[in-house]
Amino acid sequence: MMKRNNAAGFRMANALLLTIVLPAALLSGCGNSGKREAREDDNSNVLYVYNWGEYIDPDVIGEFEEETGYKVVYDVFETNEVMYPKIAADPSQYDVICPSDYMIERMAQSDLLSELDFDAMPNASANIGKDYWEMSRAFDPENKYSVPYTWGTVGILYNTTMVDGEIDSWDVLWDPAYNDNILMQDSVRDLFMVAEKKLGYSLNTTDKKELEEARDLLIQEKPLVQAYVVDEVRDKMISGEAAIGVIYSGEAEYTREENEDLAYCVPKEGTNVWIDSWVITKQSRHKKAAAAWIDYMCRGDVALKNFEYIYYSTPNTAAMELMDEETLSNEVLFPDVSKLQGLEAYKYLGTDADRLYYNLWKEIKSS
Amino acid sequence: MNKTKKIAGFLGIPYIIWGAVFIIIPLLMVVWYGLTDASGSFTLSNVAAIAEPAHRKALLLSVILSFAATVVCLLMAYPLSLFLTETQKDSNSLLTMMLIVPMWMNFLLRTYAWQSLLEKTGVINTFLTSLGLQPLRMINTPGAIVLGMVYNFLPFMILPIYNALQKIDRNVINAAHDLGAGSVQTFLRVIFPLSLPGVISGITMVFIPALTTFVVSSLLGGGKILLIGNVIEQEFMVAYDWNLGSGLSLVLLVFIIISVVISVITDREEEAAR
Repeated sequence: MMKRNNAAGFRMANALLLTIVLPAALLSGCGNSGKREAREDDNSNVLYVYNWGEYIDPDVIGEFEEETGYKVVYDVFETNEVMYPKIAADPSQYDVICPSDYMIERMAQSDLLSELDFDAMPNASANIGKDYWEMSRAFDPENKYSVPYTWGTVGILYNTTMVDGEIDSWDVLWDPAYNDNILMQDSVRDLFMVAEKKLGYSLNTTDKKELEEARDLLIQEKPLVQAYVVDEVRDKMISGEAAIGVIYSGEAEYTREENEDLAYCVPKEGTNVWIDSWVITKQSRHKKAAAAWIDYMCRGDVALKNFEYIYYSTPNTAAMELMDEETLSNEVLFPDVSKLQGLEAYKYLGTDADRLYYNLWKEIKSS
Repeated sequence: MNKTKKIAGFLGIPYIIWGAVFIIIPLLMVVWYGLTDASGSFTLSNVAAIAEPAHRKALLLSVILSFAATVVCLLMAYPLSLFLTETQKDSNSLLTMMLIVPMWMNFLLRTYAWQSLLEKTGVINTFLTSLGLQPLRMINTPGAIVLGMVYNFLPFMILPIYNALQKIDRNVINAAHDLGAGSVQTFLRVIFPLSLPGVISGITMVFIPALTTFVVSSLLGGGKILLIGNVIEQEFMVAYDWNLGSGLSLVLLVFIIISVVISVITDREEEAAR
């Protein structure tokens, strides 16, 4: 269930995976010439799906095949950053993908996405809540490339036995009382986001002065930080290794099931709200099948099944109608968006701004 | 004679092909990327970037930590090797096994194991607190990284030193004793100089991997300690700047070349002395 745009944190996993995947990729590359011919055929009923790891109930894939007669070839990726170059190199490799917000924007800018035919997916229009289409406009202004699949916030997970009172602000991450007890996200944007929001700036700022201010703030915080990690936030919080950690809401709910002392809050200064959405590639040779897939994922019962498996918030109102009161009143999974301030989705900032963020990040890490 | 030589030449072909494809070509690619910019034109800025404060700090820290790890390895490995050579006992094979068997285990797994040992709520601290002692802050410190380096690279120090010591002709040592040299004098003037090539190659085999590591610092440094290996790895994986990553790699390559040159020179001197 670990996911998101955390390239740094997946280094280890990547190193391990590379040794497995690389030979496999080479082999599949060899066999491609024959396969490609078959894929030219638009009538072939194969569908190539590319999704995050552990981001679907595996039964759903088989059920989709049974009901629609399409044959699904299902692959997974670890980060947006790993997925992007693969698609850019061969945009016809996959038909339907589930990237995050800012990456969808980047792919649209690179002309890799095709406009969706909403007539072919009635469930998408009917079941995805209005709020989520609205949130999607941040990266897909006309709602024409993407259909929301999961969403969530980034917030603070804390151990109530180690923290006095309730936490409601990013300020706590600068509180010397929690020296060596704070876990921060080890990825550029998720780290900067915290400081930007604390300073009252946009998390999409590219202003050098604002970013330098954020950098200074993060350098000032560094001595208090126990570690910059990604997936380990979950395990370390469960085991009580740290008192406070920055985490994705989907992960937060899981940790609370493992350790009931943990509580999650969305800081009042605002935070990143993220959406992972289905898109269809421009070069897809199976657009009909891809639309059928997205439509199927938007069906209430299917969305519910996926939700119960992956435990990330769903934007699907039909699925929510099928849930019990207790689940729906869970504020971590279904926060009242209208009550939260300063929610922002990441936008793709372009290569120059990416470089600036990264250079400042290095200055923090080497300080 | 000539014929066997010819055949012997053919025996090297598999490795020559291997080396060309997986060593020479990648190395040339690193040189190419390191000396060009994104548009492909020649530049030295990727190499000069080592002078930027963040990179300079990371390099300096890498040198300090890997130097510390090398010294610790040497201080542990030399006495042990001496012990192993002096006491030619059956227990030696057990010791050697203890040294080599852990190396069969995956490097990452072993380093992860240190994580759970050193953590705040880890094995060592749980033990300390159960005795009523204060827990120690061990993980995510430079010390933890040096420990990880020592643990992972120690066998590479022991084996060459042990080899060198074993090769020393006992008669040379006996002659020294016969001529009146005490143990200390024999060691300083006979044994140590003769073992020097082993020491040098041990130092190279520990210092260079320690200098370039990014795994140890990622796992035991909590992302708080940026070594030059981490900078390079992240240029490739996070920033996608292959040019800068390669340029910085070329700087490290200089260190590697220097140590190779030193090894070769000491080897030659040893050959000449024989």
